Amino acid sequence: MSARTRPVAVVGAAETDRLGRIEDCSNLQLNADAALAAMADCGWGPQQIDGLACAYVNPADLAHYLGLRPVWIDGTSVGGCSWMVMVRHAVAALQTGLCKAVLVVHGESGRSRIAGPFYHHGEADTLASQFDNPYGWTGIGAVGMFTLPVVRYMQEYGLSERELAAVVVAQRDWAAANPRATLRDPITIDEVLAAPMIAWPFRRPMCCLVSDGGGAIVLTLADRAADLPHRPVYVLGTGEAVESHICGVASVGDPLRPEFVRVSADLAFRSARLGRADVDHLMVYDAFAHNPIYGLEGLGFVNYGEAGAFIAEGRTRPGGALPMNTNGGGLSYAHTGSYGMFAMQESVRQLRGTAAAQVKGACVSVCHGWGGFFGVCATIIFGNELP
Amino acid sequence: MLIVPTPETRQFWDATRDCRLLLQRCGSCGHVYFPPRPFCPHCWSRDVQAFDSAGLATLYSYVISHRSGGAGFTAPFSIALVTLQEGPRLVSNIVDCPQTPEALVIDMPLELAFRPVNDGYRLPVFRPRGAQGAP
Repeated sequence: MSARTRPVAVVGAAETDRLGRIEDCSNLQLNADAALAAMADCGWGPQQIDGLACAYVNPADLAHYLGLRPVWIDGTSVGGCSWMVMVRHAVAALQTGLCKAVLVVHGESGRSRIAGPFYHHGEADTLASQFDNPYGWTGIGAVGMFTLPVVRYMQEYGLSERELAAVVVAQRDWAAANPRATLRDPITIDEVLAAPMIAWPFRRPMCCLVSDGGGAIVLTLADRAADLPHRPVYVLGTGEAVESHICGVASVGDPLRPEFVRVSADLAFRSARLGRADVDHLMVYDAFAHNPIYGLEGLGFVNYGEAGAFIAEGRTRPGGALPMNTNGGGLSYAHTGSYGMFAMQESVRQLRGTAAAQVKGACVSVCHGWGGFFGVCATIIFGNELP
Repeated sequence: MLIVPTPETRQFWDATRDCRLLLQRCGSCGHVYFPPRPFCPHCWSRDVQAFDSAGLATLYSYVISHRSGGAGFTAPFSIALVTLQEGPRLVSNIVDCPQTPEALVIDMPLELAFRPVNDGYRLPVFRPRGAQGAP
C-alpha cells in the first residue's frame, strides 16, 4: 500500500443476480452464487484461487463446497464490516506472498433464513447473552442496540428528527436511479416522519432492509491484473479497529466521538497517503439512518455535530460535493444483515465507471463499515489509478 | 431469555439474588469495570475484588421500542445505556416511569432496581431516583 510495497487490485467483483427474497437458496449456496459470479466477472477458474475469506460460514466448509484447496483462509466474523477487514488482511497476505489470489465471499439468507446465517447472539451462555440480551433488544432486532447513543447525540448536537429523516431522503434519491435497488420511489422528510415508529426516534424507513443475497470480490497483485476484462480497482489504503464487543456500544468510551472510528480512518488515509479532500466518493455502512452521520464525522470529513446538517443540505445527494451511498445504501438498496460487501461492490462499480448512478470522474472511493453494533469498524480506500 | 452464568460470572448472578449489583475493582491500578472477569482489563493484574455498587446512575441514552420484545417486554419499552456513579456504563431498562421521550431525560438521576428472572436471579434495571417501584 505504500510505494515500497506492491499494489493489490480488485480484479473481479459481482453480486448475486438476485437480491431481496431468494427462497430457493440456502445461506451456503448464496455464498457459492456470489463466489461464482465474481469469478465469472474476472474470467478466472477455481485453479487460480488459493486464498479464501468468508464470515459466519466456516471457511473450510465453503472451500470444500466450492472445490477449492486454499493455502490461506480468513474467517473473521466481527459483524457486517468483516469482509472489509478481510480485504485488509488479504492485501497483507498477497503482498507477503502467502497466496496469489484471494476470493472474499459474502452470502446471507438474511430474509428467508434458510440454513443460516449463524450468529453468536443466539447462544445461551455468552457474555452478551447475560448482560445485553436480557433487556429485550433481541426481540426487536438491531434497532434496539445499534441505535442507543443517538438520542444523546440529538440532545448534545441538536440533531433533529427531520435531519435524521433527511438521510433517508438523500439515499432514496440515489436509489431512484438504480434498477437493482429494492426501494426506488422518491420519499420526502414528511413521509419518513409519518411512517410507523419502530424504536423512537427510528421510524421504519430509517431502518435497513432485510434481504437475501451476496457478493464477492477477487483480489490479486496489480501486476497480474493487466490482461483481465475489467479496469483494475486498486486497494490504496486500509484500516481496522476494535474498541468494544461485549456489551456492544455500552463499552465504547465516547460513543458520540468514537476513538476506534478515527483510528481506522487514520490508518487507511495514512497508508493511502491521501487526505479527506482527495476523496471523490464515499460509502458508509448504513444499517440505520444515523450511521452515515457517524461515518462522516468519525472519518473526519466534517466536525462532530455537523454531519446531520451536511446531509440535510444535500452535500451527499446526486450533484453534491461528496456523493455518499450511491447505490441507495442498506436503507434502500439491500441489506442481508451484513452489508459490508455491498458497500465495497458499489465502490468498485463507481471506480470502474459502471455504477447505475455513476459519479463522473470518480477516482478515489472510501468505504467504511461497522461491526458488532458499533464497537468494531474497518475502512478501505479504493482507487482506479496505480498508487 | 434465561440467565446462564459462566464460572466467571456466577458470583455476580448469585449476588443479584440478594438485590446486589457487583462491580470489580483492580487492586493494582484502581480501575473499576464491568462485566465481571477475574483480571483487570486495563492492566491485566489478577488482584481484583468484587464490591457492591451504590446503585446510583444517570441516563446516558436510550431508544423506546414501539414493538414488543417478547415476554416481559410489552411495547412501549425502553432499552437504555446507564452510567453508574462508579464509572462503568451498562445496557439496561428504565422502569417505573412513562416510556416517553418527555419522561426519559438524558442525564436524569437513576437508582438500581431488580426484575426477577430465572433461578432466583434478578436482572439489574433502573428507575428514576426516588420513584416508587412496584411491590
